[in-house]
Amino acid sequence: MFPSLSQVLLTLYTGLVNGQIAIAIYTSMGRLLIGFTIATVLGLFLGYLIWRSKLVEDTLGFLITALQSIPSIVWFPLAIIWFGLNDFSILFIVAIGATWTMTISATSGFKNVPKLYQRVAKTLGSSGFHFLRTVILPASVPQIISGLRIAWAFSWRALMAGELLGAGGGLGHLLEMGRSLGQMDLVISVMIIIGVIGTIMDNLVFLRLERRVQKKWGIS
Amino acid sequence: MGGEIQMYLSIDGIEKSFPHKEKGRVNVLDNISLEVDKGQFVSIVGPSGCGKSTLLYLIAGLDKPDTGEIRIAGKKVTNPGPDRVVVFQEDGLFPWLTVLDNVTYGLRLKGLPKKQADDKAKEMLKMVHLSNFIDAYPHQLSGGMKQRVAIARALVMEPAILLMDEPFAALDEQTRMVLHNELLEIWQKTKVTIFFVTHNIREAVLLSEKIVVFETRPGKIKEIYFSKTMKDGIMPNDATFHLEKQILASLQGEIEKVLREEMGDDYNFKADPLHRDSSGDMGSHI
Repeated sequence: MFPSLSQVLLTLYTGLVNGQIAIAIYTSMGRLLIGFTIATVLGLFLGYLIWRSKLVEDTLGFLITALQSIPSIVWFPLAIIWFGLNDFSILFIVAIGATWTMTISATSGFKNVPKLYQRVAKTLGSSGFHFLRTVILPASVPQIISGLRIAWAFSWRALMAGELLGAGGGLGHLLEMGRSLGQMDLVISVMIIIGVIGTIMDNLVFLRLERRVQKKWGIS
Repeated sequence: MGGEIQMYLSIDGIEKSFPHKEKGRVNVLDNISLEVDKGQFVSIVGPSGCGKSTLLYLIAGLDKPDTGEIRIAGKKVTNPGPDRVVVFQEDGLFPWLTVLDNVTYGLRLKGLPKKQADDKAKEMLKMVHLSNFIDAYPHQLSGGMKQRVAIARALVMEPAILLMDEPFAALDEQTRMVLHNELLEIWQKTKVTIFFVTHNIREAVLLSEKIVVFETRPGKIKEIYFSKTMKDGIMPNDATFHLEKQILASLQGEIEKVLREEMGDDYNFKADPLHRDSSGDMGSHI
């Protein structure tokens, strides 16, 4: 039941070169990028609303904490009913998987901006959107970055689950195809790719970003 | 006001209270009226909790008085504004900006073009001896340097009044002495009006021309002293020593009041609870 290592490597190589795996990577990353961007923007916006208003915090804020505990794949049946079994359903669960945690990170980031920075900016004449853009947002960058990192992990998992169940290409779909054809070498190749992409994103992108900010700010 | 001369900063009948868990509301400032001339260096001293910082926040427009009004150059204070810049106890520099960008922050807000703002900021940073650090980030600077940047950031705005809220309290003694001299130098050069809140009597006596002593709970003006400041560099002498002693004596009752409130009956009143030694260092912190 286990293919040999050389068999796996060969499949991996040909898959990358002849395009089968390469195209799947492209499809998956495209979806991830769109869903994750939507989640980030939405999360920042919701975080802003919660930060601004006590009423929103008590209502929406509470709801979001509850929603966050629902694994995003649970939304899939609903999404299929709403949008059909297509790309849109997958995007939906990718976005929804990351939005809530992004909202929570953004909220706590905004809330923890030191009063001192806010006072300084206000006495220097800052207000409104300028205040948001030059104080609140940059001051919460460290927390937003760790939020992005967690949000990314959530959307990555949601994407794989969605593609596995749904149709329309991508790494998850390739995995499912490998299973139905009994092609274990393909299944393992795709698993390796999934692991590699996850590691690259986490270590090379987010960890680096986090370290760079910490260095600039003089934290640790 | 009335008369020919309009006071530069005029504080008129200010009352301010804050909500309190047990007592409902606590009165922090009680009928404060005070006038400050243009170019004057005024210090407010008083025990902690006497509302001196609250008054500064009210002038800054960061908070609103319950009654009374504050006017600066004839204009009523309603909001924070760049004509009343504050130097806080902690530097409050933005860690994501370089020293130069921190100093130009307010200038850019005023609508100055980048080049002009940079030039102005560099000039001001030269005045506080930080020309070599314009591209550094705040965490790379020492406490004294950071506070210098904060002062430069405030002065570059050419405020009508510079509000300082215990700006040197978090610094070590040597740095503080150096900054005292520098602040006096800057004051003479720029002729800026300074409103300086401190709990350090010596600091107030050495730096300012007018010293307002607050009594506590509620905060009220107790006495006003005038000092010949060390305009030619700080050199404590008999006169300042005498004044310091006078202010300390006037504050003694207030300090006891605070101790009694904090410790209740446990506190044993001594005839002279304050440490004084003959060399004249009577405890710069009260």
